[in-house]
Amino acid sequence: MIPELGHFALIIAFAFAICLSIVPLVGIISNHQKLITYAKPLTFGMFSFTTISIMILAYSFVTDDFSVKYVASHSNTHLPYYFKMSAVWGGHEGSLLLWVFSLTAWTAAVAKYSKGIEDVFIARVLAILGMIAVGFIAFTVLTSNPFERLWPNVPLEGRDLNPLLQDVLFLIHPPLLYMGYVGFAVAYAFAVAALMCGKLDAAWARWARPWTVGAWIFLTIGISLGSWWAYYELGWGGWWFWDPVENASFMPWLIGTALIHSLAVTEKRGAFRNWTVLLAIFAFSLSLLGTFIVRSGIITSVHSFAADPSRGMFILYLLAIAVGGSLTLFALRASNVASFSRFALYSRETALLICNIVLVIACITVLLGTLYPLLVDAMGLGKMSVGPPYFNAVFVPIMSLLFVVMGIGPLIRWKKAKKGELRKQLFSPSILSVIFGLCFPFVYGGEFNAWVAMGVTLACWVQLVVLKELLNQTKLADGLRSFSRITLSQWGMTIAHSGIAITIVGVTLVSIYETETNVKMNIGESVNVAGVDIRFDGVKQVQGPNYSADQGQFTLSKNGEFVSLLQPERRTYLVQTMGMTEAAMDAGLFRDVYIALGDPLSGNAWAIRVHYKPFVRWIWLGTIFMALGGGCSVMDKRYRRKKEKVTPTKVVAANKDNDAVIQTSMPQSISKQS
Amino acid sequence: MNKLIRFIPLVLFVALGIVLFRGLSLNPTELPSALIGKSFPEFSLATVKDAEHTVTKADFRKGIKLVNVWGTWCPACRSEHSYLIELSKSKRFTLYGLNYDDERGLAQQWLTRLGDPYEFSAFDEEGKLSVNLGVYAAPETFVVDDLGIIRKRFAGPIDARIWRQEFEPLVTQIENERKQRRN
Repeated sequence: MIPELGHFALIIAFAFAICLSIVPLVGIISNHQKLITYAKPLTFGMFSFTTISIMILAYSFVTDDFSVKYVASHSNTHLPYYFKMSAVWGGHEGSLLLWVFSLTAWTAAVAKYSKGIEDVFIARVLAILGMIAVGFIAFTVLTSNPFERLWPNVPLEGRDLNPLLQDVLFLIHPPLLYMGYVGFAVAYAFAVAALMCGKLDAAWARWARPWTVGAWIFLTIGISLGSWWAYYELGWGGWWFWDPVENASFMPWLIGTALIHSLAVTEKRGAFRNWTVLLAIFAFSLSLLGTFIVRSGIITSVHSFAADPSRGMFILYLLAIAVGGSLTLFALRASNVASFSRFALYSRETALLICNIVLVIACITVLLGTLYPLLVDAMGLGKMSVGPPYFNAVFVPIMSLLFVVMGIGPLIRWKKAKKGELRKQLFSPSILSVIFGLCFPFVYGGEFNAWVAMGVTLACWVQLVVLKELLNQTKLADGLRSFSRITLSQWGMTIAHSGIAITIVGVTLVSIYETETNVKMNIGESVNVAGVDIRFDGVKQVQGPNYSADQGQFTLSKNGEFVSLLQPERRTYLVQTMGMTEAAMDAGLFRDVYIALGDPLSGNAWAIRVHYKPFVRWIWLGTIFMALGGGCSVMDKRYRRKKEKVTPTKVVAANKDNDAVIQTSMPQSISKQS
Repeated sequence: MNKLIRFIPLVLFVALGIVLFRGLSLNPTELPSALIGKSFPEFSLATVKDAEHTVTKADFRKGIKLVNVWGTWCPACRSEHSYLIELSKSKRFTLYGLNYDDERGLAQQWLTRLGDPYEFSAFDEEGKLSVNLGVYAAPETFVVDDLGIIRKRFAGPIDARIWRQEFEPLVTQIENERKQRRN
């Protein structure tokens, strides 16, 4: 009975979504104020019933209701309760429900926290989000119902959750990732709403900015957690595999990064309007494309859900409607007005434009690499796969270019920079970074390495420039300095760019200096890896809740002093009879020692794999900074102004370095639908 | 002209959509092989168990043969292994292994520890036979009929569902053909 309630709640949410996508728009067309005000209550209704639905699915998992097919295939009575909760998104059907839940949560958030935005506009936005919800709830209910029952042959025991997913990170990684993925729907809805009413001015950009950055924060953390999970759970010591599914989340991130910068330009300078709208459409389109890739089974991947062409077809329809529709709208309604603000070649606009283009190119190369096997196949030229060599070869130069320009961006003035001043500003950071970059490999590695020198130089460059800009901003007219002058946005940019620098250091150093040692070890034997002595003390048998494991005992010591005890495991999960390697690591800010237990060899010897990973943590540390930076920028108080009759003069007051936007931002209180 | 430019994103998207649509009708696990309908290539390889013992095509038994390409480096091979052991109990066909791009020691341990479903496993470190077969990833499974003709090539791990859908009908069909030949 209870699962049926969940199913029913989802259908009610569907009805709400249909109403939401129609009623407010009818109200706008017929100029019926009352219908427009229905948008928010309908949104909350849709959100509430989706919430009920997903809670009931979680309840079915926790109570081991194996009459529900989805529960029977992804859970087991021996599974700890927290993994039962996470098993909600352990398969296609439930994770789709999570997708829908994220979407309705974002929609509800937009409805709740949009007090400063005019009602007509927000009604359009909610209606568009409602349409997306209609598509995805229909997809869930029609092709992938998680509440399907197994009558009358109810199994006594479930098939258990895939052991790879039985991990604490899996509790939070998919929800965060989906919040990021789906969050771009909000930026998309703002862009389409702006296209619909034909007002591609600075106003929509300002409204869309905090939402876009919010989605970007979630996506950043989501991807980062995914990478971390791969690092310690897969037991290969790798942290990024250019797997199609990783790419599917990385592409929206690249475009989303371009989008948040482009939105800034549109908001502050009124430039790049069409470009920003396009990016907003593409960011969400790539999220949809990612969903398509993962769930249609057209590309083989570690993450793929059970392939089902009918599902793929459904998403392809959704993709065609959402992307095709919005791009048609774009073609017809894009701003005809040339940008009001002109900018010189040497200006922050140019720097941001170049960064934007580079990010888009980076995204296209990832897209090509991901779809190339499919393309070749579709043209009947055979089967092939594209691996990390392609991605590394094209990605490193593209990103290096990005980082060079990224360094210039923060220090250059809007509109027109004075050449001499720019040179003066950039002189010391560039010299310092090159010197540091060139010296670093000698000091750290003992010999020169061009890649390390380049990576460290770029990281320094990116870091020094944002710090210098921060210092510039603190300068008061009388020559004193004051940090209280710095806006949260400025802090956000500084922190996020520092995050990029930190990640560059991590990626560069771990790629060049990591080592992998495969050894056969008898009990009592030691091996020395990068100055750390690792002694093998044998293997213990341990029992987990739903697995049994061989647990290796390794004592790490440095110069005779005990450092830590590492206990990597080889688990056998009882239900799925699947073996799993659980690596153990001694983590540190500057290096990880990573041990994976291999196979038992003759006698008491075991095959052991030891990875030495310098600076690997910096990769994820950087992403934390990026997310924090994003957080600061969202918290900036100018996004949290209450609704007021915004007059052009007040817009100016809100944007301190704004002069050309004024003409383009209509007084919002008097603007009507087109 | 300026207006037409704005249709470029739409046009690009439509082109992408067509490719994706085509992609849906393709199955990434169904690998076309120039070898289907041709006879299984000749080979001469040592076995995994014994470096001195060489096997050739003549060592294949009569009847239907499944040749499963595997490697200890391949996680999907591990996941299908328990099902292969179940399959090896069937009398309708013989299961052979082709160990690809692997180390003999590791491969031997794998078979000792997880069980050996294969009649024998040829050890193809240099990819001599695998390249002839056009293997591009493991696991892959080839179905070879009584006459030594390759009838099917399947990429990806086999489980009960896939067996029922992909293999069972073909095995039955080959058995029927055999009966017809006798009549």
